[in-house]
Amino acid sequence: MTVAIIRFGGSNCDRDAARALDHLDIDAEIVWHEDGLPAETTGVVLPGGFSYGDYLRAGAMAAQSPILEEVRAAAADGVPVLGVCNGAQIGCESGLTEGAFTTNRSARFQCERVHLRVENADTPWTAAYEEGDVIEVPIAHGEGRYEVTDERLTELEADGRVLFRYCDADGELTEDANPNGSKHSVAGVLGADDTVAVLMPHPERATLPDIGGTDGAGILRGFERAAE
Amino acid sequence: MTAYTATVTVRLKRGVLDPEAETTQRSLERLGFELEDLRSADRFEIDVDAESAEDATDRVDEMAERLLANPTIHDYDITVDER
Repeated sequence: MTVAIIRFGGSNCDRDAARALDHLDIDAEIVWHEDGLPAETTGVVLPGGFSYGDYLRAGAMAAQSPILEEVRAAAADGVPVLGVCNGAQIGCESGLTEGAFTTNRSARFQCERVHLRVENADTPWTAAYEEGDVIEVPIAHGEGRYEVTDERLTELEADGRVLFRYCDADGELTEDANPNGSKHSVAGVLGADDTVAVLMPHPERATLPDIGGTDGAGILRGFERAAE
Repeated sequence: MTAYTATVTVRLKRGVLDPEAETTQRSLERLGFELEDLRSADRFEIDVDAESAEDATDRVDEMAERLLANPTIHDYDITVDER
């Protein structure tokens, strides 16, 4: 299997993702967006960064690039797709997932370690955890506040589409533990299929033991599990 | 064909938090201004040639739907003037 990590102008977590996947023995390669998805693609990472300089809205431009049509088609065929940070913004802007990630409540860029509570462990991305597990993963974003209508959020929650919520070290959802003001502390959601997921925190920065913590590795293992 | 300028104003839906506007408001208040509320919006001016103002509006409406606004968080309105 080969996971395609799509690089746009302004992507900057593509190499982090490649290194993390390599560490997990998951075959991956960085693909320039204009080159299209390789035929042998068995997974897609939309990496973090600042594609197109975050012009208009973070992710809005990349979402309109031709390769996203290929990604949507691949996702519809069951190819696992993971959007991280800017990739999560692209995922929402392109309709792979619902809602929007917009300006942090603080109106500032925030780079810090956060705790996430696993809300649904019955997905490829979270099968490594138990529901209610608390993991520690970094965030680094200025536009990560999850917004969606109350009505749709209720439905997403009822359908188990919420993957992770920001929480404190004990798994409690508090105002203080919600770093960006996301609605209902949502940090990551599933798309229409369980094989499509987006999240603002960076699992690829919590996979290599040398850089502090490996709690995010289980999320990247989703590429293996989705293929099973 | 007539030359038009369409103005698209994209703003956050009522009830969606706007931290940048809040920060701007606080800054104005620090400068001593009194104000009740402040909302920010993005404005796009688009020059198009079209058969009619209605035609110009339709085309720009599609631009707003597909790219300029994000329907999850934004409302927008369009005005069209002859250029």
